[in-house]
Amino acid sequence: MDLKDLYRDVILDHNRQPRNFGALAHSDAHAEGHNPLCGDRLTVWLRFEGDRIADIRFEGKGCAISTASASLMTEAVKGRDKAAIKELYDRIHVLLTEPHAAADASLGKLAALGGVSEFPARVKCATLCWHTLNAALEHSADAVSTEE
Amino acid sequence: MATSLAAPPGNFDAERVRRDFPILEQQVNGRPLVYLDNAASGQRPLAVLRAVEHYETHTHANVHRGVHALSQAATDAFEGARERARRFINARSTREIVFVRGTTEGINLVAQSFGRPRLGRGDEILISALEHHANIVPWQMVCEQTGCTLKVAPINRRGEVELEALFELLNSRTRLVAVAHVSNALGTVVPVERIVQAAHSCGALVLLDGAQAVAHSPIDVRALGCDFYAFSGHKLYGPTGIGVLYGREELLEEMPPWQGGGEMIRTVSFERTTYNDLPWKFEAGTPNISGAVGLAAAMDYLESLGLEALAAHEQRLLAQATAALERLPGIEIIGTAAHKAAVLSFTMRGCHPHDLGTVLDSQGVAIRTGHHCAMPVMTFFDIPATARASFGCYNTEADVAALVAALEKAREVFG
Repeated sequence: MDLKDLYRDVILDHNRQPRNFGALAHSDAHAEGHNPLCGDRLTVWLRFEGDRIADIRFEGKGCAISTASASLMTEAVKGRDKAAIKELYDRIHVLLTEPHAAADASLGKLAALGGVSEFPARVKCATLCWHTLNAALEHSADAVSTEE
Repeated sequence: MATSLAAPPGNFDAERVRRDFPILEQQVNGRPLVYLDNAASGQRPLAVLRAVEHYETHTHANVHRGVHALSQAATDAFEGARERARRFINARSTREIVFVRGTTEGINLVAQSFGRPRLGRGDEILISALEHHANIVPWQMVCEQTGCTLKVAPINRRGEVELEALFELLNSRTRLVAVAHVSNALGTVVPVERIVQAAHSCGALVLLDGAQAVAHSPIDVRALGCDFYAFSGHKLYGPTGIGVLYGREELLEEMPPWQGGGEMIRTVSFERTTYNDLPWKFEAGTPNISGAVGLAAAMDYLESLGLEALAAHEQRLLAQATAALERLPGIEIIGTAAHKAAVLSFTMRGCHPHDLGTVLDSQGVAIRTGHHCAMPVMTFFDIPATARASFGCYNTEADVAALVAALEKAREVFG
């Protein structure tokens, strides 16, 4: 278990300075994610142009993994349409849950989350924002959790 | 206790105690294990492991009613454990010692058997803002069932129960006061003797949640004067799934059974069932016999260490760890009561407790991170979680040093 594999520089940077952080005025959809056991909590706001996410912001409190994952996610999905996001989500899920998954160059900076799969207790931290994004895309009113 | 007299507090030999705990010999993530999660669960000494193994290997059968030799031996072991537990907390009689799964079940038993039948609209149950969920939720359930009201005495910024405020909440409607003896989240030792006195003068009964107290100092329920005292075996180096509810005999006598089944009855017909005597009235079904045997062995073991000497040893570790953490930049200790058990809850600026837990684990240091089943305490301090290091009989100064080094590592990673 190598700490540097989990807390890569990209993760630490996005934890310290999360991108697209803070509420989005005039959003078209939003959703809340909450993992009460560890206390991670975040809100994701979306603005659409047609089928495409024109803008996305998030706000919340959480550990480095959940904060960095959300920050990286907002950068990755901005400008993409729902189908592309679904496809990206599937690849992220493999990255986060399957140790030694083959490096996927198309993931770009999101690949920095590759160390999470070696820390099973932390997978839920990294997936919370993605499940919350899904809920926002589906206009779900219920808070999302990735804890069992 | 002869041992505590023979071993002055300054000479508690934790290195020798360590050798009684085989689990501590392992490496975690390539480092020697430093186990600082004792408030969640203690480890088992060889004496407990061997007592359980001996029981399972030589003695096991179902207890009570059996005429064959093993059944009688198992009954002797089980009832012997009850007598051991009676002595451990200085109860008057074994009829006051009900074996339960743990503290949670003990509190639920009182809530459902004492509370539910006799509480109603206008009655009040008083707890404190320091409580573990196990001493909140059972009372909320009773309030829903009966219409009685739950009152909560506040805590201050040091994590101490505000006694004056608690006393003001006491009145003729208060039927039961249920408070922790020691806070699991912060380590605060609650001055329960004063609470018992004040509650009794108002005519209210008192339940003490002793889960965190039993492994750290001698418990004398008669000196405390409480009406109920609940604790778990695994917090005092015994097995999981076994614990004790102490209740004053005259109260238990009046309380109806809360679970029906075998063991708790005297006669059963379809027209009428009569119940067994105390304490079996509250022990429906086959009990955790080996657990009780292991618990008795844990009590023997703890007393052989000397609970007073152990308490002094833990206080030394707490003082060392507190002083060391206060010197670390960005660390804030949550819970600074004047009187604390060896529990150290804290946060580190710029590093979420969850990340801290992962970094410490990578260094072989096991602590707990989260809300510690005390969400209202976290809300009070406006934090989502804390990191909590808790010390036990086998912890040493080297463990404190390992904790500090691991925290410095976390600072290095998180800058």
